[in-house]
Amino acid sequence: MNPHIDYHALAPEIVLSAAIVVVLVADLLFPDRDRWQTSRIATLGVLGALIPVLTLAADGTDRSMFGGAYVVDNYALVFKGFFLVVTYVTILLSSDYIAEGDYYQGEFWFLLLTSVLGMVAMASARDLITIFVALETISVPTFVLAGWRKHDVRSNEASIKYYLIGVLSSAVMLYGMSLVYGVTNSTLLTDIAQKAGSLSGSMNNLLIVAIFLTLGGFAFKVSAVPFHFWAPDTYEGAPTPVTAFLSVASKAGGFVAMLTIVYIGFYNSGNSWQPVLWALAAASMTIGNLTALRQTNIIRMLAYSSIAQGGFILVPFAVAGDSRPAAASALEAVVIYILIYAAMNLGAFAVVIAVARRTRSAEIRSFAGLGQWSPVLAVLLSFFLFSLAGIPPLAGWFAKFVMFRAVLDAHTSAAAVIGVIAAVNSVIALFYYAGIARQIWFREPTLDDRRPLEVPPALNAAIALCAAAVVVVGVYPQPFAKLGELAHF
Amino acid sequence: MNWFDSGWGLTAAVFLPGVGMLAVVAAPKADETLQKAIALVTTIATFGVTIALAVSFNYDKSGLQLGTDKSWIDVINSRFHIGLDGISLPMLILSAFITMLCVIYSWDHFPEPHNPKAFLGLILLLEIGMNGTFVAQDLILFFVFFEIVLLPMFFMIGVWGGPNREYASIKFFLFTLFGSALMLLSFLALYFIGPNTFDIPKLAALHGAGIVHSTQNLIFAGMFLGFAIKVPMFPFHTWLPDAHTEAPTVGSVLLAAILLKLGTYGFIRIALPILPQAARDWAPWIGLLAVIGIIYGALGCLAQRDMKRLIAFSSVAHMGFVMLGVATLTTFGINAAIFGMVAHGLITGMLFFIAGSVQERFETRQLDRLGGLLTQAPKLGWILGFCAMASLGLPGLAGFWGEFPALLSAYNPAKGISGNEFVVFRTYMAVAAVGTVLAAGYLLWMLQRVAFGTVKPEWENVHIHDVHVPEWIAWTPMLLLIVALGIYPNLIFRVTDGTVTRLFGG
Repeated sequence: MNPHIDYHALAPEIVLSAAIVVVLVADLLFPDRDRWQTSRIATLGVLGALIPVLTLAADGTDRSMFGGAYVVDNYALVFKGFFLVVTYVTILLSSDYIAEGDYYQGEFWFLLLTSVLGMVAMASARDLITIFVALETISVPTFVLAGWRKHDVRSNEASIKYYLIGVLSSAVMLYGMSLVYGVTNSTLLTDIAQKAGSLSGSMNNLLIVAIFLTLGGFAFKVSAVPFHFWAPDTYEGAPTPVTAFLSVASKAGGFVAMLTIVYIGFYNSGNSWQPVLWALAAASMTIGNLTALRQTNIIRMLAYSSIAQGGFILVPFAVAGDSRPAAASALEAVVIYILIYAAMNLGAFAVVIAVARRTRSAEIRSFAGLGQWSPVLAVLLSFFLFSLAGIPPLAGWFAKFVMFRAVLDAHTSAAAVIGVIAAVNSVIALFYYAGIARQIWFREPTLDDRRPLEVPPALNAAIALCAAAVVVVGVYPQPFAKLGELAHF
Repeated sequence: MNWFDSGWGLTAAVFLPGVGMLAVVAAPKADETLQKAIALVTTIATFGVTIALAVSFNYDKSGLQLGTDKSWIDVINSRFHIGLDGISLPMLILSAFITMLCVIYSWDHFPEPHNPKAFLGLILLLEIGMNGTFVAQDLILFFVFFEIVLLPMFFMIGVWGGPNREYASIKFFLFTLFGSALMLLSFLALYFIGPNTFDIPKLAALHGAGIVHSTQNLIFAGMFLGFAIKVPMFPFHTWLPDAHTEAPTVGSVLLAAILLKLGTYGFIRIALPILPQAARDWAPWIGLLAVIGIIYGALGCLAQRDMKRLIAFSSVAHMGFVMLGVATLTTFGINAAIFGMVAHGLITGMLFFIAGSVQERFETRQLDRLGGLLTQAPKLGWILGFCAMASLGLPGLAGFWGEFPALLSAYNPAKGISGNEFVVFRTYMAVAAVGTVLAAGYLLWMLQRVAFGTVKPEWENVHIHDVHVPEWIAWTPMLLLIVALGIYPNLIFRVTDGTVTRLFGG
């Protein structure tokens, strides 16, 4: 039997795959001095893939392929669009960084696009095997990307740590998935959900173990405490644009997989995953924040901050099983949080990259007096940081707001407790975000060179895009809120 | 007045400062006069709009006026709902008025590190938050405006503040943020447990119907923390002396005159009308903290050596009187509280202006290094004397009408307050009365140390400039208002009484 293939539905993946091949061939054929052109091909590929996403959204019908293993619905389209836009911003962040570094060019874009292909597939995956393949397609290229600066020991360490932990977590997850298959006799999430309802006692216990292992694997991917140890070292050692990509796109990929699995496959087994995710959320927020307080390097601080932000994203998961309305608000909250988190975190990294072009350092102290020598960048970095802290009128407040909204929609005491933990944590977080603002604005510059910073146009465009999103969504959150509402199963 | 009826006037009163802020930011860095002129024109125009609103306001009509109710974030059911009533109007005018005078005062008083562009931009951003809070009629909109003020004030203290500015600014920020995080949780709980709306008038009309009494008390607790930290009430006040002392003059004035009122306004606008049952349970405790604040603030004043710190502690005491009036839950007490808010805004705002000017001239605020201001700068000295009198509640000046009726109202608190309300509140009244005596004590003591006596040897041969022109322009309207409200308190009471009776009369 020939499987039915809907080429329109697969168009984004096809465009990306074509771009991947073209980049690789171009890198082979172009002379050295023309290799930077490969970034243009990558950009075209990403923007080209956005076109079918838009036409599919305009079309509006849900498309399902391969027996329901691959679905293109609003949920998938929102995330496909999101991943492509995030990648576009990442390309803007990296093009000068990569061109100025003394490294190969074409491979970088090849690896980046391959990882994005995994993400775009992940948004549609509705089957354990598809999810696993998509997750590995996301991860494997990033192992290499993290080690991009070959001659730098830290970059090597970043790569090897990330690789070992990544492979370990994949193994754990795969073991969990195999148990799920053993218990339910299917890899299709809808079938699993159906079978899970009619399991006998011992089989049900096995399913609980299976779910635990599967989620444990994802917890590594989204660097939730206590599975977070790789993140700070990897983030610090990897090239900064790659770190930005890891902390936003790759992390979001993990969350998307978790959403799909929890909401479609495991929803009715709520009492098995809910306590686990509750604990992960509480630990990630608290430990991420408390450790971030003590950092002196801004990349490490942003790493711990992203662990804490991941905790905030997990909070709605922890209450999603309480009732149907709670599940709907929780899904909305996770989607909106991821969208807003991407804008503010990418923005923060973009400014850090821009400033490090002069300071050649990621020490928080090296940001002292930035407000005096580069006021515009200083204002924008403050925007991103205070947005991460959740201060209105910057977009972060709305992310925090929908998170709290999901918590209170659940009406349980466990939900109320995690709500208070989240509230206290959002105050702790302010302290370290404001600490950077303090360096920028309240201290005298330590550098002698106080000429205004010259930022390459691509990087400027990335910063401007993120800043516009952070300010506009902060004042008028309706567009992102609408996307959150659309993205349901 | 069609333009005002459709809500454009009120929208302009909130967002005009934003237009000015963008213009100030866009102005060339070198042209400071242009930046100042833009800020001045914007704040004057905003004040003009609020006056026009006051003119077209119908004082006999109860309910909201001149507002608008537009869609904002449909997905969470929150709307851009703003409107004016008798409680909002005086606060809105006060906010626009004080901001305008602050810009005038700043004209040639920019503290180090100068940078008028950033300073004025922050003042204008602050004004959006303050004006917006006083007119917002949707809980989420209120929350957003309430929080907008944090960033500008944080930077104002942190960049232009005194030696201990880093500590003071982050302390201010963390305290307020902690309160507002829990306040937001309360708003959401109210939404989901209650009638699924964030609309303040609708919620107030329901009086907490459908919410179990014990849950009401919990929700009230979250709001209480949010507002009480902002006021600030007794155990949460520790951020205030630091923030006030370290802030630049204009920052202190705005903090004292407007930002503190966001807290008391929150009680009157949100906490009390929406959860009246819980308010009755909480009232004795609020009253207790208010009275402790009155006495503790006064004793704190007597222990200060720094003029600004002394005025900051006097704020704790004065806001105690306002909260005592609020805690009685009577129309009489709440009218007094609103009057007290306006009066404290004018008087303490003036005192901080004077403290700033004294510091500018003597480069110190240490009370034991000051003295004989009346010989060196008699006009400044007399203005200080006048404001001290107003602050201690001398009849005939504005301070009296905030304090005295608040005390009186405690004699007869609202029915239904839990416990033996008469005994409790009459005790509060007696203790608070002692507070007024202490207030006279510390204010006269300050006046004596600063204005009377002989000039200290270190200043004998130094020329001390008397009041400057920008100071005259900024201060005269405030001084006149302090007298006008003292002689004719109905200027405020007539505006507030209708709304207060509608919300708390039944």
